[in-house]
Amino acid sequence: MAAISREEVAHLARLSRLAVTEEELDRFAGQLDVILQSVARIGEVAADDIPPTSHSVPLTNVYRDDVPTPCLTQEEALSGAPDAFEGRFRVPRILDEED
Amino acid sequence: MSDLTKMSAAQLAKAIAGKEASAVEVATAHLDRIDAVDERVHAFLHVDREGALAAAERVDKGEVTGPLAGVPIAVKDVIATKGVPTTAASKILEGWRPPYDATLVERLRAAGTVMLGKTNMDEFAMGSSTEYSAYGPTNNPWDLGRIPGGSGGGSAAALAAYEAPLAIGTDTGGSIRQPGAVTGTVGAKPTYGGTSRYGLIAFSSSLDTPGPCARNVEDAALLHSVIAGHDPRDSTSIPQPVPDVVGAARLGASGDLSGVKLGLVKEFAGDGSEPGVLSAFHEGLEALVKLGAEVVEVSCPHFEYALPAYYLIAPSEASSNLARFDGVRYGLRVGDDGNRSLEEVMSLTREAGFGPEVKRRIILGTYALSSGYYDAYYGQAQKVRTLITRDFQSAFERVDVLVSPTTPFVAFPFGSRTSDPYQMYLADLFTIPTNLYGGPAISVPCGLSEGLPVGFQVMAPTLADDRMYRVAAALESAVGTLTPPAL
Repeated sequence: MAAISREEVAHLARLSRLAVTEEELDRFAGQLDVILQSVARIGEVAADDIPPTSHSVPLTNVYRDDVPTPCLTQEEALSGAPDAFEGRFRVPRILDEED
Repeated sequence: MSDLTKMSAAQLAKAIAGKEASAVEVATAHLDRIDAVDERVHAFLHVDREGALAAAERVDKGEVTGPLAGVPIAVKDVIATKGVPTTAASKILEGWRPPYDATLVERLRAAGTVMLGKTNMDEFAMGSSTEYSAYGPTNNPWDLGRIPGGSGGGSAAALAAYEAPLAIGTDTGGSIRQPGAVTGTVGAKPTYGGTSRYGLIAFSSSLDTPGPCARNVEDAALLHSVIAGHDPRDSTSIPQPVPDVVGAARLGASGDLSGVKLGLVKEFAGDGSEPGVLSAFHEGLEALVKLGAEVVEVSCPHFEYALPAYYLIAPSEASSNLARFDGVRYGLRVGDDGNRSLEEVMSLTREAGFGPEVKRRIILGTYALSSGYYDAYYGQAQKVRTLITRDFQSAFERVDVLVSPTTPFVAFPFGSRTSDPYQMYLADLFTIPTNLYGGPAISVPCGLSEGLPVGFQVMAPTLADDRMYRVAAALESAVGTLTPPAL
């Protein structure tokens, strides 16, 4: 049985904001199925009582002194933007016409 | 002066400091070499001739000093360089010029290095061959029909093609070490947190580690000592002194390893390695034994689950990190015709800007993090990560370092592993456990198999980066460095 269906891949692509083509869906579904079948072996490990590791450096709440230092200017921050307007990032419309 | 491009970084630094060669001469020799061979090698995505010559002039005028003053360096294109194009080999960042330098780039400038340009890689550092670069692959100087390793194939190939004496890489699952192995060069992954990630375009934040690439162990240690150390701008940076890696490399080069215990991981034995890789590795091991080292077999029972754990953890983190490429603040924007919504423009931008491997990993990571699958995949992988860390810790109670081949196979021909992505993932079988644990590891050449380089990996406990340099330098003193065929 397949670990992941074409429909699931389509749903995940939507969640990931990827406008994938039909051809990509066909290809990715097969490839992701092979990958998932391989990584599913992770379930064989008895690890119920093992604490998870998110990070190899055991640091929490790293603080530093709140000293102001120079930062990017507005112009620098906007320098790579695909579109800017009056010193701000310009984005496509967020609301539908009827909203 | 002999051929400046054949000299080591240490020799170049000395020659420039002693006024035997000017920094401009050294930079020009390397830029000319790039002009002569990079059409065939394609190690570089961008060559900054003007910037390099200006930096070299500042060294010659005495305006910049430092331990590597005037030494040319190539930087992997995943690292932000102010005003110099930085794309992570992706179409989504084509033409982006960062408004700031990564911390390690600031340190490279302060040390006097001369940046020649930005090197090719698999897109967003996802791959083992550079075949996933959006700008075409890099060719291995040992055989132009074969892969140079990845993701940092450009940095490794630049060294092997004598286009640069030093390079910077980043290692998330082996992206410094595996290219080092297959190009006959040296690549070191420092302890996680030992080098700053500030200004590194994030792939998997809990694993990404920048590090040095060079043609010999001492040069790698010199570069390591320049870029490492605490950075307040990276909250995972370790606030401790950098181990004396240069001293350790020089000690190792003296060729005495008496009292050093090398751990041979039982679970790695015969695990899909090519016979030629295994025999070159065992010859390297024998050379170390002749220098006084002792070999002890150790068991790391969870290493066999490292690859599955990695391919759940890394794509999960990537799916989150790559959400920033939304066509708003930098890079590509597609389909903004005034009628489409933000969400539609975002989806069209990401579809056009990302290559197939990046899309696969984003989808895989989104799956592993989704409710219903989280516990079985991402959560379980994090628990296995704990068990792998414990395997390392108990092994290091018995031995000083662990050793293995760096990668199971020599440089493979283009196209031989792209149709089945999992076949590509196997290249990182021996390098991935270290990333999950967070310790340091280095790849150093140990010989040839079928005329192609084989890498020997030395893994050390966290914060004991000096130990791997000692063993690697000892091996180098016994087997020598490798010289690729003339291009």
